[in-house]
Amino acid sequence: MSLASQMLEFFRRKAKVILGGGEKAIEKQVAMGKLTARERITTLLDQESFHEYDLFVEHKCSDFNMDKKQLPADGVITGTGKIAGFPVCIFAQDFTVAGGSLGLAHARKITKIMDHAMKLGLPLIGINDSGGARIQEGVNSLAGYGEIFYRNTQASGVIPQISVILGPCAGGAVYSPALTDFVFVVDKISKMFITGPEVIKTVLGEEISMEDLGGARVQTEITGNAHFFAHSEEECFEQIKRLVTFIPWNNRKRPDPFPAKPPKPEFDVEKVIPVNPRQPYDVRTLIRSICDDSDFLEIQEHWAANIVIGFARLNGETVGIVGNQPLVLAGVLDVDSSDKAARFIRFCDAFSIPLITLVDLPGYLPGVDQEHAGVIRHGAKILYAYSEATVPKVTVILRKAYGGGYIAMCSRHLGADFVFAWPTAEIAVMGPEGAANIIFRNEIATADDPDAMRQSKVQEYTEKFANPYIAAANGHVDAVIGPHETREFLIHSIEISRDKQENRPQKKHGIPPF
Amino acid sequence: MEDQEKLSVLVIDDSQYETRLTEKFKYRRPFSKPDPKHVLAYIPGVIQEVRVKAGQTVKWGDSLLVLEAMKMRNDVTAPHNGTVKTVHIQKNERVMKNQLLIEFE
Repeated sequence: MSLASQMLEFFRRKAKVILGGGEKAIEKQVAMGKLTARERITTLLDQESFHEYDLFVEHKCSDFNMDKKQLPADGVITGTGKIAGFPVCIFAQDFTVAGGSLGLAHARKITKIMDHAMKLGLPLIGINDSGGARIQEGVNSLAGYGEIFYRNTQASGVIPQISVILGPCAGGAVYSPALTDFVFVVDKISKMFITGPEVIKTVLGEEISMEDLGGARVQTEITGNAHFFAHSEEECFEQIKRLVTFIPWNNRKRPDPFPAKPPKPEFDVEKVIPVNPRQPYDVRTLIRSICDDSDFLEIQEHWAANIVIGFARLNGETVGIVGNQPLVLAGVLDVDSSDKAARFIRFCDAFSIPLITLVDLPGYLPGVDQEHAGVIRHGAKILYAYSEATVPKVTVILRKAYGGGYIAMCSRHLGADFVFAWPTAEIAVMGPEGAANIIFRNEIATADDPDAMRQSKVQEYTEKFANPYIAAANGHVDAVIGPHETREFLIHSIEISRDKQENRPQKKHGIPPF
Repeated sequence: MEDQEKLSVLVIDDSQYETRLTEKFKYRRPFSKPDPKHVLAYIPGVIQEVRVKAGQTVKWGDSLLVLEAMKMRNDVTAPHNGTVKTVHIQKNERVMKNQLLIEFE
């Protein structure tokens, strides 16, 4: 046989498999407003950078006439490529092939590319679009899922793992994204749930649509399962491209530095914060007035908005920012915001990204619902995450830092390397009103004019304690700095902490209050 | 804020803060002390059988009704001795979680 005829045979075979489920199935996929798996990969990756492996893999199932069924590439496309020049490993489930159902061969293709990602130290991107387990394959299909979950866990904290939900991702399948670091969803396309509307209806009699049960908005606003919300697949891919530039390839590397840029002039750090400490402001504006190019990539923007987390750069270096958001629920810590911050802190610590904490909170949120939802256990996560982290930790106290909230927000006592406070900072056990009502209870009760007495005692307490100087006098605050100095202080503290070393007691692992 | 957004007030330790409230916060369920005279559905499901009538005296542990949920027939029993005041459900009725099923006198 000549090379030419062998090549012809190769092209013939390849052309057949590369079409996935065939033209009809592709038409259906497009009609649902979705790109095909292959289009998704080529849109996300740099042009011509995708290299595919295991295209000719076939399943070995013979039950239920499966031996007569050929499933091109077994319903998943795997390979390597680049995003903005950064190498990544990627897989995309192909819904046009047997509904993207996961059989053992399908799963083994995924675990193979995961093993590559681990060995090569590259981020893993998984595009999920699958009806679930391939029922004909029985327990082998379940084995496939288990092998993926196991690797997700091994890879956690070693390489960044990104899940993109572009279709259904239901039942056990959804635990793979749940184990990864960042989950991206797209409006009207993504559906995530453990038990679907049908089961819920038969078993419990509750009726709900897929969208209301586990659509993109639900996952980004109510559950916090997803981190990024997009209106279209294209917008989603742009978000991923942005994220990849902020994070390192693996836990042995640092993120690539970018050229340093000052914040944009329209963000004036001196003008963000109102003088009255009871009035709110958007902490994201403050972040943009400090970071390079005013470029802040917010994570989980729509969930637990009383805390803000995300990536930015200072002098070209990636930093993770955690900030209380006075604009929402006065910036309190609660069950959800503690969860949100704690997980982010652990990501930054695992991948050597310095942490900047911006403090302005009245404390933990009071309420029966919070206590009964376990705010003790959840709130403890943030203490654990900060105390455990060994990356450079720099804290800036902007205004209120009261009580348990002060301690939790990366105080010196939890191991902050540097704690700075603005002259507007109020570091105290509680706000002046509450403190005066307790300390001067008798004076107020017995006064001729209790309200006037309360006012004067609040005033007295405010003047004496609502400032950063008592904390500074005790060394709990390293420096009181003006807003205009903040960026420079942060850049300097991160710069000199580059080779920070901090030893922790030897252990197999700690036991965080999950 | 710039565009004169109408903010709410959140009180923490006697201090009043102007801020936005989240949906979750606004719709949080106020706590109510459980009433020992009320038997509530602890799981959503369908009433398969009603075994008591108004005015009937029952003892602790007596079967009141069968609530089918999660493909299981759950026997709902009397939490204490007493007299049934009102039966709020019928056979084959679909009930939500925490729905009032039976009231004692």
